[in-house]
Amino acid sequence: MRIINRKPSRVVSVALGLVPFVATITAYTIASHYRRLENPADKLLPSLESMGEAFWRMAAVPDRRSGDLLLWLDTFASLWRLGTGMAVSTLLALLFGIAIGFIPHVRGALAPYLATFSLIPPITVLPILFLTFGLGELAKIALIVIGTAPVMIRYTAQAVLDIPREMIIKAETLGASVWQMVTRLVLPQVLPKLISCLRLSLVPAWIFLISAEAIASTSGLGYRIFLVRRYLAMDVILPYVVWITLLAFLLDRALLLLSRRAFRWHHLGGDAL
Amino acid sequence: MLKSIAKASLLAAALALPLSVPSAQAEEMKDFKVCWSIYVGWMPWGYLQDSGIMKKWADKYGIDVEIVQINDYVESINQYTAGEYDGCSMTNMDALSIPAGGGVDTTALIVGDYSNGNDGIILKDKTDLADIKGQSVNLVELSVSHYLLARALDTVGLSEKDLTVVNTSDADMIAAYATPDVTSVVTWNPLLSEIEAQPNATKVFDSAGIPGEIIDVMMVNTGTLADNPDFGKALVGAWYELMAVISSDSDAGIEARTAMAEASGTDLAGYDAQLATTKMFYTPADAAEFTKSAELPETMKFVAEFLFDKGILGEGAPSPEFVGVSFADGSVYGDQNNVKLRFDPAFMQMAADGGL
Repeated sequence: MRIINRKPSRVVSVALGLVPFVATITAYTIASHYRRLENPADKLLPSLESMGEAFWRMAAVPDRRSGDLLLWLDTFASLWRLGTGMAVSTLLALLFGIAIGFIPHVRGALAPYLATFSLIPPITVLPILFLTFGLGELAKIALIVIGTAPVMIRYTAQAVLDIPREMIIKAETLGASVWQMVTRLVLPQVLPKLISCLRLSLVPAWIFLISAEAIASTSGLGYRIFLVRRYLAMDVILPYVVWITLLAFLLDRALLLLSRRAFRWHHLGGDAL
Repeated sequence: MLKSIAKASLLAAALALPLSVPSAQAEEMKDFKVCWSIYVGWMPWGYLQDSGIMKKWADKYGIDVEIVQINDYVESINQYTAGEYDGCSMTNMDALSIPAGGGVDTTALIVGDYSNGNDGIILKDKTDLADIKGQSVNLVELSVSHYLLARALDTVGLSEKDLTVVNTSDADMIAAYATPDVTSVVTWNPLLSEIEAQPNATKVFDSAGIPGEIIDVMMVNTGTLADNPDFGKALVGAWYELMAVISSDSDAGIEARTAMAEASGTDLAGYDAQLATTKMFYTPADAAEFTKSAELPETMKFVAEFLFDKGILGEGAPSPEFVGVSFADGSVYGDQNNVKLRFDPAFMQMAADGGL
């Protein structure tokens, strides 16, 4: 049988999926072991135990200075920024995406500008952002929005354009108004695609969040990582990286689940990652 | 399945090997690498490499020394701590918290200068240090700026609880100061003079108020230095040859200072202005004398207590005395059995006595 037709059983499939994870942890443990033979206090590759201790300390032991549980404080601050930023981006994508995709005059006015604007790397205009939005929460959320919204708007507009022309003509024949077509035809077609787009945009959103927190802040996952980097506390940084990865993974899965539940018709087509 | 696991772990081991190569083995070496980052008192390191003075001294001892500039200060210390470099320029405070705190036994080979006004606190529209109470203060948290702030607050009976510290990247400090919500910053030169030049800015405290506490040092790996004294001799010899040139107003001195000014993005006048707020130790005798001074252990005590208070000495540290620091007279501050930072004027003394 050709290899493309040989399908692993459920068990083998799970085991194969675990191999790269196990290999990474093994490689880390070996490297860490040898470095600590040389210097027991090595900060670069701390042992799994010391990372566990550091994670526990951040999560469950109140900070000596402020009395806060740092991990939860940071997680809450970061998720709030990310959530607000992505909510604004999604709303913008919905409003502008449908307007651009559905109304030719709006498309003519905004599409070229948006295409240009979405190409500006947001990090390069940071000083302008500071002057406009200050240095507080607003600037961080603005960075996330500016970084993700243009691409999401373009993606949504394209999704509207991808709606088969026949369906729109049919709706018009049946006498639907523009508003009725937006609510009954465009939204059901576009919303599940917007969720896929949101899932993909979370990746750059996390990057912008962490960069924003590195610039000026008093809490946040990115803030903590850049702060303790000053004394090479990899025992805090590595668990934080794993934690961020886990949060991002859970968010992604939650959105997928939402999409499957809310937009069944979109998921009739088969496999999805 | 089992086979693939075996294969994967083999591959993993192969990948892990380069990371685990011992960094500072006790053995004689021929090739050495030290790193530095841009700062007024460290610009000579770049010039030593470019002018060939370093090569001259390295050749004299039959070794090879490469001086590498790293764009990010903290990254340069991390690279040294990870074992990539045999020496690195850093402050006394960062030497205690990063390499020494990370178990890398480190020796202060060349005490180059101390900040004498290069670090300062600036208030917007206010002129008195006590006005800082209740404000948000933008600074690079856990850096010497943070230390300076803590020491300054002591002088007016305030503490960090009376204000909010906002961690701000040094790269964005000038842009940050231009925004309305930023009312006070703590930073270093050349950013300091740039911000101070703005009309509403007043410098209310600077490192001249705590002379000799923010010290800039070429730190080297103690093990490497002990096994290869020639490495120390070559660095010290080259450094003080250049110091003699820089401190003079001869053509060679002006040429060297101009080159260093350009390398740090300013001109001769700008560089000389920064030198004026830096107490350089131009002669090895001065540097050795400072290293032997009775104030140094006192300073390191302040620094260790500051680091402990901020939780930087490691959460496992039961007290500020967790990491030992040894001084010229053999006295030790902190744990005698865990001495990881050593102030040893031996090589500077050798240069002073003409023994190189």
